[in-house]
Amino acid sequence: MPGFDFSNHNRNAALHAQGVPLPKATSTGTTIVGCLFDGGVVIAADTRATSGPIVADKNCEKLHYIAPQIWCAGAGTAADTEFTTALISSNLELHSLSTGRKPRVVTCMTLLKQHLFRYQGYIGAYLVVAGVDPTGSHLFTVHAHGSTDKLPYVTMGSGSLAAMSVFESSWKTGIDRDAAVKLCAEAIMAGIFNDLGSGSNVDVCVITADKTTLLRNYIKPNEREKKKRNYKFARGTTAVLNEKIITREQISKYITVHELEDETVTAAAEKMDVDT
Amino acid sequence: MASVFTAPPLADNGPGYSFKQTPTTHISADGTRQHSFYPYTDNGGSTLGISGADFTILAGDTRSTSGYNINSRYVPKLFKIGGEGPEHTGSSIVLSVVGFAADGDALKERLDTVVKMYKYQHGKNMSVAACAQRLSHILYNKRFFPYYVHAILGGLDEEGKGALYSYDPVGSYEREQCRAAGAAASLIMPFLDNQVNYKNQYIPASGYGHDLQPRKAELLPRNTVEELVRDAFDSAVERHIEVGDGLQMMIITKDGIEEVYSPLKKD
Amino acid sequence: MVGKDCVAIACDLRLGLQALTVSNNFPKIFSYGDVYLGLTGLATDVSTVADLFRYKVNMYRLREERQISPQTMANLVSSSLYERRFGPYFVSPVIAGINHTTGKPFICGFDSIGCIDFAKDFIVSGTASDQLFGTCEGLWEPDLGPEDLFETVSQALLNAVDRDALSGWGAHVYIIEKDKVTKRLLKGRQD
Repeated sequence: MPGFDFSNHNRNAALHAQGVPLPKATSTGTTIVGCLFDGGVVIAADTRATSGPIVADKNCEKLHYIAPQIWCAGAGTAADTEFTTALISSNLELHSLSTGRKPRVVTCMTLLKQHLFRYQGYIGAYLVVAGVDPTGSHLFTVHAHGSTDKLPYVTMGSGSLAAMSVFESSWKTGIDRDAAVKLCAEAIMAGIFNDLGSGSNVDVCVITADKTTLLRNYIKPNEREKKKRNYKFARGTTAVLNEKIITREQISKYITVHELEDETVTAAAEKMDVDT
Repeated sequence: MASVFTAPPLADNGPGYSFKQTPTTHISADGTRQHSFYPYTDNGGSTLGISGADFTILAGDTRSTSGYNINSRYVPKLFKIGGEGPEHTGSSIVLSVVGFAADGDALKERLDTVVKMYKYQHGKNMSVAACAQRLSHILYNKRFFPYYVHAILGGLDEEGKGALYSYDPVGSYEREQCRAAGAAASLIMPFLDNQVNYKNQYIPASGYGHDLQPRKAELLPRNTVEELVRDAFDSAVERHIEVGDGLQMMIITKDGIEEVYSPLKKD
Repeated sequence: MVGKDCVAIACDLRLGLQALTVSNNFPKIFSYGDVYLGLTGLATDVSTVADLFRYKVNMYRLREERQISPQTMANLVSSSLYERRFGPYFVSPVIAGINHTTGKPFICGFDSIGCIDFAKDFIVSGTASDQLFGTCEGLWEPDLGPEDLFETVSQALLNAVDRDALSGWGAHVYIIEKDKVTKRLLKGRQD
């Protein structure tokens, strides 16, 4: 596996010791759930990404593609869920090409847990893995430290307790597709309204033996109200001290457009000497 | 084994911005123990006040939080001060408090009592200016164990103009035109600078370069201010997780205090 | 910030060491052909990352014999930052540009380890990000033309940095349209 680059690590530790604050990573506070039903599996997620108490993204995608019939819902550090699922998706595709078979959900889950265990929890990805393969439909959770669970209904993320309360009170054995979708959406809504880390819309993904349906923004219960006032400014409201127009021909002519001190020496840039 | 790690992400040390609440015991090298607990909690939320020519508007959301949890969707942050009975009849001063809700409640009770005692002893209502200074003293009295709140006091001054005072937790105060406080203060305040005091706005074509004339701030009419408050809170709700559920607004005019409640997004 | 058939990207000009202002002319926006990259954070990393992407984008252009699109640039930035997951550059980049294949405006932002935030309205970054979230959320509206977008983005930035002790000292604003880019220097508080 092509590894990470640690060359800034010592420098950053030294900087931090001198009082430079460490940058905040975007975390998907998140409610994610999954539920098995007769003939398939459904997973769902909210769409809020936070950075501390601030909403960084109101409508992000937490349902990640792994294979056509295997999808993954991610909680934890947003970048980690994104790249871990992309990496495993890629490895699984190669594996599937070399064996000539459809990828299996257990294989995906095993690759994920081995990758995450190797990094001892430092890769902060908490995942719900779901899919249908030739051996049937499966639902797993994978934690950042590498432990896994296999259950008929699962929840993860900061809204997991709110979501689980819905499953524990309403889930029944042998529910059908529509009931499972409704139940998962209800569970996510419980997270959206009762957990501050979760919010905005509900994304759902339904996987059956013959197809996968991604229902992006399946429910949108949190549309912003129309503004009471109009905030368009009169043109010329802002004080401008200098203005320069760069046309597209100029941009495409050179790799980078640099303003040179002396207006007469623009020809220098034509030598593609882009360093200043 | 799996169950060991089934806690939600971040649950072990919380969201990182809320106060630590659990009592701790620190054992040092020589064996002495030090027990401690942190007496404050941040209950989130935001408040905002704007004063006009003959009115003052105070507003606050009604959500109370701790960490990633919602304690309640209706805990008012605005209190009428110095009125009679449970309806606070005859009150003309409003106090808004945001930060640690328990301290806010205690502070409101203290100030309410003080204003009532003033009326009983002197046979007249306390002026906002006097009340504002008294509040400053109450806060500074607890300089080394402060009320963990950012307070805003609103009313009408002796000339009938809108008066607004804002405080830090230990009593430093100032009369202002507008002020936002609490979790989303940093989001709301620059918006208010721009829309109430017309900061960074210039009169188009009134000059070139540095000669351009700045747009003069004027006192805004009441309905404009109400709309601004509503828009400011709608924006704050979009981007701050601790703000939401409901918007409580109190408008102080010569006829008394009007209270308006309107819902906000609940996610 | 996105407008109708145009995008805007803006930055302040301060370079500081905590409370001490070192320079009042330190632009944080860099152009890579059709794509503009804004970088906030540790100044040494701002320069390093800007140069790193100039190298990477130039290599892309030589290999592919075409300009990099904003979307491709976004993925390049994302994977370059994530490579340093455990020793990140202290920067949070913002990308703005118009995709010349589709003709559509594109903006996105990143955290320091490469998580992309695709937004259809606005992206903010830096020490004044809270203030910027407030002003942008309050002032932005969809389908602003280039002139109106300029006013909105400028007002959002100027008022936000005035409430942040670590930002300010004037601003640069780029309004990017299909066939031209207008760069303006704004008058801002010098304190």
